[in-house]
Amino acid sequence: MTPDDFSFLAQMVRRRAGLVLTEKKLHLIESRLSTVMRRFGFRSTDALVKELRHGRETLARAVTEVLTTNESSFFRDRAAFEAFRERVLPRLIEARAETKRLRIWSAACAAGQEAYSIAMLLDDLKLQAQGWSIDLIATDLSAEMIARSEEGLYSHFEVQRGLAIRRLVAHFSQEGGSWRIHENLRRMVSFHQFNLLDSYGWLDDLDAVFCRNVLIYFDQKTKASVLDKIAEMLTPDGALVLGNSEAVTGLSTAFVPVDRAPNTYAKTKTIAQRLAS
Amino acid sequence: MKNCLVVDDSRVIRKVACRILQDLKFDTAEAEDGIAALQSCRQRMPQLILLDWNMPNMNGIEFLKTLRKERNGQQPVVVFCTTENDVSHITEALSAGANEYIMKPFDREIIEAKLAEVGLM
Ligand SMILES: C[S@@+](CC[C@H](N)C(=O)[O-])C[C@H]1O[C@@H](n2cnc3c(N)ncnc32)[C@H](O)[C@@H]1O
Repeated sequence: MTPDDFSFLAQMVRRRAGLVLTEKKLHLIESRLSTVMRRFGFRSTDALVKELRHGRETLARAVTEVLTTNESSFFRDRAAFEAFRERVLPRLIEARAETKRLRIWSAACAAGQEAYSIAMLLDDLKLQAQGWSIDLIATDLSAEMIARSEEGLYSHFEVQRGLAIRRLVAHFSQEGGSWRIHENLRRMVSFHQFNLLDSYGWLDDLDAVFCRNVLIYFDQKTKASVLDKIAEMLTPDGALVLGNSEAVTGLSTAFVPVDRAPNTYAKTKTIAQRLAS
Repeated sequence: MKNCLVVDDSRVIRKVACRILQDLKFDTAEAEDGIAALQSCRQRMPQLILLDWNMPNMNGIEFLKTLRKERNGQQPVVVFCTTENDVSHITEALSAGANEYIMKPFDREIIEAKLAEVGLM
């Protein structure tokens, strides 16, 4: 790929999805592009980029999606999920005892593992049977990932990373060599295609936001603006959970880390202390 | 150092599993069936047993049931590692006292993830 084409491509995905492409990853980028090229019938990256320069929307979207990293697993970074189960969730349930309403967002859900992990924790508590209404919203930029999430079908390898065997047999049915999430969990989550650069108006009053392993792909400005938008949509006593290698330091002053809950943040010191207790 | 007994009638599988476990800082021992595994356990009880299902002489589930009845000493963590990948086998293993279950084929990541489940990582 010519340097010119590379910088065009880099600008395009940065504008469309906030993603930063570096030339160090050229090899990976080219190999990912090759699947789009095959699908749309391009022989060379030259030809592909030329077409992109003409502003072909479907193609631009496919290229952006293919350049994202969709790796995920159930209960990824288990300590964060344990803290959510042991500290955050009990406090939220206490605080919402009157309204009996919880709204949780998995902001870059990949193939749905994060959202279904949260759904399993909620299912353990049998809240719905006690009259709670639970909104579990899961979004991703990639239409393909949203389709996979809705399908809820996972490979032999995917279900063996992060999922205890008891959870597997409790929440999945075997289909050939794959495993399908049970309908009750499937129905707990509503999946939507959504770009984190867009407006969050429809995501108001969130009690918890999981925004994990996606900020790492963004430039500083995008990271900061995503965090600020999340802060606006989070209830005053809500919690934000980031990925293992992500932090708010230097990006946002809206969040305070919660002690004893890895990767977890609250909006004020008081709430952070309450969640840590 | 943590130690693990790998029980499988395939020499190749034992070797692959042992190599992964050694990388994860386990001391490893091997047994080729349930009888040999019981003998090994009676000599020195490991912390972890990676256990195949189908083996000659004494299979994995019979071994596990016998092991769980042994009175003396600490009970090890038992993780099945087998091609028996259907729910009825998994359920049977869990009610016989298995702690976790790996469906073959496995890789290093799966072993690590399952050891994390049983608190050995
Ligand atoms: C590495 S996965 C993380 C999945 C999951 N949250 C986890 O931690 O395991 C990153 C996901 O972010 C999505 N993504 C990347 N840029 C995005 C954007 N601008 N808006 C929404 N999702 C985006 C990708 O499609 C991908 O599925």
